[in-house]
Amino acid sequence: MTSIPLPRRWRWKEPSVLPGFGLTFGFVVLYLSLFLLIPLAALIVRPWELGLDGFWRQITTPRALSALQLSFYTAGVAALINAVMGLLLAWALVRYDFPGKRIIDALVDLPFALPTAVAGIALTAIYAPNGPIGAWFNDVGIRIAYTPIGILLALVFVGLPFVVRSVQPVLEDVDHEVEEAAETLGASPFQRARLVILPAVLPALISGAGLAFARAVGEYGSVIFIAGNMPLKSEIAPLLIVIQLEQFNYAGAAAIGLAMLGLSFLILLVMNGLQTLLLRRGRK
Amino acid sequence: MSAVRRSPVRGAAPFIIGIGLLWLAVIVLLPLGMVFAEAFRKGVEGFLKAFDEPDAWAAVRLTLLVAAISVPLNALFGLAAAWCVTRYEFRGKALLTTLIDLPFSISPVISGLVWVLLFGSAGWFAPLLDALGIRIIFTVTGLVLATILVTLPFVARELIPLMQQQGADEELAAVTLGAGPWAIFSKITLPNVRWALLYGVLLCNARAMGEFGAVSVVSGHIRGLTNTLPLHVEILYNEYDFVGAFATATVLAGLALITLLIKSLLEWRFADELAATRRH
Repeated sequence: MTSIPLPRRWRWKEPSVLPGFGLTFGFVVLYLSLFLLIPLAALIVRPWELGLDGFWRQITTPRALSALQLSFYTAGVAALINAVMGLLLAWALVRYDFPGKRIIDALVDLPFALPTAVAGIALTAIYAPNGPIGAWFNDVGIRIAYTPIGILLALVFVGLPFVVRSVQPVLEDVDHEVEEAAETLGASPFQRARLVILPAVLPALISGAGLAFARAVGEYGSVIFIAGNMPLKSEIAPLLIVIQLEQFNYAGAAAIGLAMLGLSFLILLVMNGLQTLLLRRGRK
Repeated sequence: MSAVRRSPVRGAAPFIIGIGLLWLAVIVLLPLGMVFAEAFRKGVEGFLKAFDEPDAWAAVRLTLLVAAISVPLNALFGLAAAWCVTRYEFRGKALLTTLIDLPFSISPVISGLVWVLLFGSAGWFAPLLDALGIRIIFTVTGLVLATILVTLPFVARELIPLMQQQGADEELAAVTLGAGPWAIFSKITLPNVRWALLYGVLLCNARAMGEFGAVSVVSGHIRGLTNTLPLHVEILYNEYDFVGAFATATVLAGLALITLLIKSLLEWRFADELAATRRH
């Protein structure tokens, strides 16, 4: 069958014989506007009621700066820990067989399913100075609950599934022949892991760590119980937003929220770029 | 299940499995066990006492109500979004898909904050709401709005990759044979995606019932009126009623375990009918 090239006109939608575009597209746009776009517009616009100066002042008070710093710093460290341990866990689940593997695999998703407030009080009970693990550490002079270490622990908990779940499918697909070829050519086990497997899983590892990071920056429920919530010491940015709201400082709360959102998108953008770069290099 | 592959690092197996399992036990299982241990610290009686309170039952009812409104709405949205995104080519599709996923990268606290900025006492729409005599913040409406925003992507995200992968061939054939829109949807699309839909609804529901940050901002913590189950746990905990807090938390932990169980069953039994990323 030959096709006759028609003069191409610009159009925003390709024609289709399937019914329902108008209805579904209209509904989706309306729904997104009502429940996502208008609310977000409020977040983006309201901080500027204070003017550029006022906005800047709100997010650069020592208290706000230290809260933002704490949230981003602990989220970053938690993402790194989850990247390493998530890769190891995914490796164990994909490459080996052991009894109870299916149950273990299902339990990886528990932090997704367990309500954050429940995780928060449970972690606090464990790591408080009189808790089963907290007591050991307390005896050697290390406090976990009510310090940034406790915050870090809660963030490691909520971020655990992200890296495992993004690395797992890639690890299953790593071309076994390439690995065998490397082995035949005399590559040592560590050379094989570093030169064959790591490059293959690195993009997925970065995207998983990025998701864990984004989740951790905004995490609230599992953190506030264990954090201690001391201003300038263990107060996270989401909690500061709640406190500003309770004092009816709407613009201030929105300013901190906007700064948080902007910063985390910036970091995700960089990680996305890194991932694209690695994927492109991998294809060459 | 595929045959187990030989690891390139031979002899490391027990070491890697050991560390992995130990990590999972400390980070994930220990907190779960702690919930039940603390709940029964004062025996079965102490545990049951937590459910003697009318406030606890009000919280259960409210949690069910909020989920019963927000989950079906987001399921409907997910179906419409998946149909629209996977069955047509149009400009701005990538933007639309990004927007659908956006709530996942927003802090729950911000998902609550935005509603206060709109409808709170100093919100954009406060004069209008005052004139009409409607309240949204510190009411069930506010809880529903916050929950919808937080759980918006769950169903769409399961359906979009699956419907993309299935393609439109069957639906196109049905159109050629003269089927109407409703027949196409109910006889072809819905049966094709039913397990993925259930999977998405399951995850959406778990999050809706367990959400804490977003609802905490809009709730006002009014006992018996705007207190969902997770908020009830917080109140009891802050009043040093630890056994009560953990006993209430076991209900939520039970919900999480049931969710995981059904999720795993779906992954094992209906792997071919879920999006590829969900097959294990």
